[in-house]
Amino acid sequence: MLEALDLQFTILLLSNGVMIGLMYSLIALGFVLVYKATDAVNFAQGEFVMIAGFVAVGALTVAGIPLWLSILAALVAMVGFGFALERVMLRKLIGRPIIAVVMATIGLAAILRGLGPFGIFQGTRPLPLPLRDEPFILGPLFIPPIQLLGGIVSLVFLAGFGYFFLKSRKGVAMRAVADNQQVAMAMGIDVERYFGLAWAMTGVVSALGGVLWGNMLGVDVNLALVGFKVFPVVILGGLDSIPGAIIGGLIVGLVENLAAGYIDPYVGGGTKDFAPYVLMILALMIRPYGIFGKRIIERV
Amino acid sequence: MALYPLPIAKYTVAALGVLFFLVLPLSLHEYYLSIANLVWISIIGALGLNILVGYTGQVSIGHGAFMSVGAYTAANFATRLDFPWPVNLLLGGLMAAAIGAIVGIPSLRIKGLYLAIATLAGQLIIEWTINHVTFISGGVQASIEVPRPQLGTVVLNTHREMYFFLLFFVVVAIVGTMNLMRSRVGRAFVAIRDQDIAAEIIGINIFRYKLLAFAISSFYAGVTGVLYTYYFGIANYEQFQIGVSIDYLAMIIIGGLGSVLGSIFGAAFVTLLPIGIRYGMEAVSGVLFSEATVHNLIPALRLTLFGALIIVFLVLEPEGLNRLWRNIRSYFRVWPFAY
Repeated sequence: MLEALDLQFTILLLSNGVMIGLMYSLIALGFVLVYKATDAVNFAQGEFVMIAGFVAVGALTVAGIPLWLSILAALVAMVGFGFALERVMLRKLIGRPIIAVVMATIGLAAILRGLGPFGIFQGTRPLPLPLRDEPFILGPLFIPPIQLLGGIVSLVFLAGFGYFFLKSRKGVAMRAVADNQQVAMAMGIDVERYFGLAWAMTGVVSALGGVLWGNMLGVDVNLALVGFKVFPVVILGGLDSIPGAIIGGLIVGLVENLAAGYIDPYVGGGTKDFAPYVLMILALMIRPYGIFGKRIIERV
Repeated sequence: MALYPLPIAKYTVAALGVLFFLVLPLSLHEYYLSIANLVWISIIGALGLNILVGYTGQVSIGHGAFMSVGAYTAANFATRLDFPWPVNLLLGGLMAAAIGAIVGIPSLRIKGLYLAIATLAGQLIIEWTINHVTFISGGVQASIEVPRPQLGTVVLNTHREMYFFLLFFVVVAIVGTMNLMRSRVGRAFVAIRDQDIAAEIIGINIFRYKLLAFAISSFYAGVTGVLYTYYFGIANYEQFQIGVSIDYLAMIIIGGLGSVLGSIFGAAFVTLLPIGIRYGMEAVSGVLFSEATVHNLIPALRLTLFGALIIVFLVLEPEGLNRLWRNIRSYFRVWPFAY
């Protein structure tokens, strides 16, 4: 009897880990897209998700716009934000040392988080989606509908962007830009336009992440903390790899759920945020380019 | 090389010494001295971070965690073994240096972005460990009270007494950093920053010097943490969270990477900014917001301004306040003849 319960507990942790992991992958995808195309890193990914959530909830509850229009508003706002950010800030930092871009996005994160309390509403607001509350029960599995939706949206977008980079003309051009900016320019590719496009694509992914995570956690400044999960995901999977984002997300989701289930009782909580980082440190020491990342890493 | 390039530098240093050691502490109100004390402590931390980031070119987002290592080491030695503060200060610094060198190990294989992420992980892991291991954190709300520092039989209680106590360490840290940078070690750091492969070819052991940079920087951070602990009388991990690491990065970027004077400017600027914001907000608060709102908005406004300043300085003036200061100085050096 006890063993059956144990088994069910484990299965529950695993299924939950897979679903949450896929939702991490979605946010990590935003990071990967920018890194892949522009070699820039975005330490403000979590804040992108946060403001997308703010826009969606603000449109829904404060302005009273219907849900689908609110989500559309978040998408449009984030795309515009991505373009504007590239134009105003990141273009000026091209060719500067990596620490400049890292610090600039950290600064951006500080701005966005600081602006939170100045927003259109105070406190935490729910972002209701037309989903039922009871979980789907499939044998031993309990899957909350939001997680199922999140997993499906993540997979669709990961596959979509994967196809985009592999096959479409724009995607190929973007890879060329990432590979070598000067050669890409010589081939007649408008490098700056593709930089803007990459940031706009990150905006799209962040908007969806903001809606999904906003529904799960409620929308307030703490939504940005999701961004801390991005780093283990992308390091494990490989910074420039879309399949890597999926695998990394799954690993992080599983590890943190198993750690929370089996280690938390002994140390008194908090392992969820801690275990992925330990794993990441190990990955950095053994295989810093990740599972799928390209092997050219700046070595010392 | 002479310590002072020009005679005027000697007089300036003497004048500044008189100002900070005599005029200010004896004329200012305790409240202003308490602000000055915060500036002094942060100068030491900023100098340490600048050695690592500005001079050696290694990114670190874990400075706050190294401070907490120093703080808790000192607090534990002070309460469990009743060690006097000079010993605790040294032990705190050394423990932070050891932990810093361990966190720095990834820098031997990776750099740039990967190193930034690795130090971020170091920050989060150290934070978590201190918070969850009761042997380190003392259990109750992860904070440990320490006795006031003593000089001989005098217990340092007031802000005025702490002012001199802290200023002494600031002077030691400034002179120490300047001398470090003129030594073989300091030049090796700069060589690694400018071109690591070339540095290795001219015979610099990159392995040793990178770890040394992490260790020295963390030693400064540890000392900063110990001083915070003694200044507030309590070691608390909330004073050393990731936001603090970012504050210190903001200090050296706003002040100027790779410059001692820049660290001082940056530390003073970043420490004084929230106080300035509070005065500004209180001046207009009656008109625009209620008092409670102002209280809530100040931290947010501070965060936003920091972020904006980091970006503005990165985009427009990468060499920071130090460069602005040099521009002003060279303008007045030949004034009124512009050329």
